[in-house]
Amino acid sequence: MRKETLSRPWLFVGTIPEPDFPCTLSSFTVLERELSVGARACPVRRGSPAMLAAAACAWARVRPDASGESLLVLAAGDTGRGEGSREVYRRLVEILPELRPGGVVFHYLLPDVDWHNRILLAMEELAERPVLIADAGYMYAAKMSGYAGCYDLFTPDIGELAFLADASAPHPFYTRNFLLADEDQAEKLLLLAYADNNAARHMLVKGKVDRYARDGKILAEVAAPDVPLLEPIGGTGDTLTGIVSALLASGTGMESACPAALRINRRMGFLARPTPASSIAEILVFLPAAIDRETQGTSL
Amino acid sequence: MTIFPRLRSAFSKQRKEPAQAASDPAGEAFLSFANTGEVIQAESFLQAEGLAVRVMAPPPALRTGCDMALVVSVEQAFRAVGVLKTHGLPPLQMSPTRDSLLEPMSLFQTKDYGNWLMVRAANMKLTVEKASGRIVNVSGGGCPDVPYLAARLIGKHLLDETVEEEHGQTLCGYALHLAVRELCRLRMAAKNRTHA
Repeated sequence: MRKETLSRPWLFVGTIPEPDFPCTLSSFTVLERELSVGARACPVRRGSPAMLAAAACAWARVRPDASGESLLVLAAGDTGRGEGSREVYRRLVEILPELRPGGVVFHYLLPDVDWHNRILLAMEELAERPVLIADAGYMYAAKMSGYAGCYDLFTPDIGELAFLADASAPHPFYTRNFLLADEDQAEKLLLLAYADNNAARHMLVKGKVDRYARDGKILAEVAAPDVPLLEPIGGTGDTLTGIVSALLASGTGMESACPAALRINRRMGFLARPTPASSIAEILVFLPAAIDRETQGTSL
Repeated sequence: MTIFPRLRSAFSKQRKEPAQAASDPAGEAFLSFANTGEVIQAESFLQAEGLAVRVMAPPPALRTGCDMALVVSVEQAFRAVGVLKTHGLPPLQMSPTRDSLLEPMSLFQTKDYGNWLMVRAANMKLTVEKASGRIVNVSGGGCPDVPYLAARLIGKHLLDETVEEEHGQTLCGYALHLAVRELCRLRMAAKNRTHA
């Protein structure tokens, strides 16, 4: 069977937590607990590898006939010094005109406002602007730049939402009342973030109750299944970003993809029966089953 | 809405309004460094010399998005620079604080999961197994050193001397470092209570 390739691939931009991982633009696959990117492989623990593993797994489930070239990653090794992030930024600006991605998902990258603005400028110069999604460090840079409103989707947790709502904070580390941010404040914080143009058009807010908002209005809340033991486990937010991106890349509309991704991510965690010592790799094993349960009940 | 004119203005160095006041700048000097990793190292050197030093956000004009500066009293500023020079880590700049600087989160939140205890410091969460003191999970954060540090920390005992040496390079890494310290403090306090 001929596999379909999207005319405009989706590009995932992030970092690999290894010092010597070369800057790579490639398709990616996941097998058991290992992510393959080009000729290299790395373990799936948290961060961008967890996001990519979830995206690959979800994509294979919702678009089994599609080509593996439909989702691409641009990533480099970065242990926090920023060299890998800057290499990725440089390369991204170079490849954008030819690649013409349908969507770009920004993830664990060292926040750098100047590079952020250069990249956004390069996006604006494309004939067709991609869907723009930002999570983790790049979401921090997008907010700090003042151009958060140019993004289609942010995926903050409740604490990061408090950061977006705090107009003066340059990083969640400096957010006032960060620890006091609780579920009851979610709607107020969302309104504050939108009011200061520090929110993307669509927001997925992760918490005890997950929320999907568009243009400042909460359109969906997902509270079940409730698995409090997922909070200490690194990577559960990364998998959500991977899942929603794969659904969007498959052609699912934002209004359907966002609540569906929240339900799938929760269901995956529930099926895994985790402890606070569980790893995201153990939980990801249940992603296909969680997607199947979702597709049985919706039109995904 | 096109963003083009707005981005052009960004490159002409027009930035957002400066941060609101969060501290009294009177009588203080800030020390800036090349990166967050150097700040973390410098803080350790100065604390070891008994100098009162605080981590703060740099003045708005110097921010890049993931950075911090050290603040010391003006009286101690020259001594601090001297100490750092002896360690081969002189600050890039030492200036009186004209702007009020943002303070980092300094509160911790703990959550008891029965056999496990989680501490949250700012946007980072660290979980240990109570019985063994072994680090079992790291979550939160968004900077690239978090996954790297997590891989190095998980499985180690909280009081393992190499845990304290795992310094991050970013604000998220620094918050993780604070969470480690807080969990060590809680563990030692629990131990003391048991012996009392």
